[in-house]
Amino acid sequence: MSLIVIENVKKSYGNNAVLRGIDLEINAGEVIAIIGKSGSGKSTLLRCINGLETIDEGLISVGDVLLGRSERELRELRLRVGMIFQQFNLFPHLSVGRNVMISPIIVKGAKEQQAREIAQQNLTRVGLAEKFDSYPDQLSGGQQQRVAIARALSMQPKALLCDEITSALDPELVNEVLGVVRKLATEGMTLVMVTHEMRFAREVCDRVVFMHQGRVHEIGPPEEFFSKPKTPELQQFLGMVSV
Amino acid sequence: MSSFTIWDIVRNLLLALRWTVALSLLSFLLGGTLGLVLLFMRNSRYRILRDIIRVYIEVFQGTPLLMQLFLVFFGIALFGTEVSAWLAAGVALTLWSASFLAEIWRGCVDAIPRGQWEASACLAMNRFQQMRYIVLPQALRVAIPPTVGFGVQIIKGTAVTSIIGFVELSKAGTIITNATFQPFIVFGLVGLMYFVLCWPLSKYSQFLERKFNVAHRH
Repeated sequence: MSLIVIENVKKSYGNNAVLRGIDLEINAGEVIAIIGKSGSGKSTLLRCINGLETIDEGLISVGDVLLGRSERELRELRLRVGMIFQQFNLFPHLSVGRNVMISPIIVKGAKEQQAREIAQQNLTRVGLAEKFDSYPDQLSGGQQQRVAIARALSMQPKALLCDEITSALDPELVNEVLGVVRKLATEGMTLVMVTHEMRFAREVCDRVVFMHQGRVHEIGPPEEFFSKPKTPELQQFLGMVSV
Repeated sequence: MSSFTIWDIVRNLLLALRWTVALSLLSFLLGGTLGLVLLFMRNSRYRILRDIIRVYIEVFQGTPLLMQLFLVFFGIALFGTEVSAWLAAGVALTLWSASFLAEIWRGCVDAIPRGQWEASACLAMNRFQQMRYIVLPQALRVAIPPTVGFGVQIIKGTAVTSIIGFVELSKAGTIITNATFQPFIVFGLVGLMYFVLCWPLSKYSQFLERKFNVAHRH
């Protein structure tokens, strides 16, 4: 049974149709990479899944929750889906530990001690347990992104959305973040990632989605997707990024 | 005709100065509280609420404080209730400073990057929690210097309330002048007293601005 169901989702900004009818079903535990040129709608699709963008038409559901419009419905959905951003978006006024603890405490009503334990566990998972009392601006980009992952994990989401999470990082820091994501994948976390890391997509993902002009243009398991692309658009795209 | 010493003048002005300080503090505290409420409403999800607050702010910023004072003082009297000068002054200054403080703070809230709203939304916080725990603590840092600076405007604004007969520093100056016929000395002293109140605040505001610009972290 699918965890995330996307049905005929359409969205436009004014006259500009960004998503022209997306259908996609993602199973629990699946790792999906979304690739495509800039402007193909891949980030918008990701942001629609947890309601950061509203959709004009279609349905999105995660588990038993349907994407709604009211704040309450959105929060129900967001309790099930975490998101990690290109720009990390850590809270600069809070220590690393507090960044991870705050939402379990104020949203889920966790006790201080309990939240602290969850935060410790998740920071350990991303290899940053010793940074508990540091502030975000004392960390490298890679470390900040790993804290952002720990922060999302502490809400115990069923799926994680990753929006170009290594694009703002210096090249030597990319691998430490991808390493964490790889570990999450092997632990069975459902991941939907917009990425430019083709090699990573090839090695880790179960399916790769190629978006073109607001549609899912081609989709498949990475082996045949990368070695035998069917559509000329994907062939051209892969030729450009040279895998 | 009896003569007045400088000390007589100063003593009486100082007595009236208490009311200037009291009115300023009251307007700042109440205006700040109301301004915070307006700020939340200004950032509400509901458009109608946002529009109402926008109009409120534009009206109070787009008309002279003196007019607002008259409207409160004489307007309420129209309904058959006598309003004391003290109450009218307090109400008018509170409403006036709330409109400015709400707008100053809105600018500070807008200065917080969108990513902070998005990240906190993704952690399932509601709008109030986003404001309370994520946005306001960061906006506060930016807000302190202009807020202190606006405190100076409030102190000077209290002078206007002399027109409806509220005896604060300026009104006391007028009364004493009428008795002593020494306007230059009296108003010189009045000016000096305002300056002594306002100047340290202005300096403090500038100091805070520099401090927060240099150390832009925790």
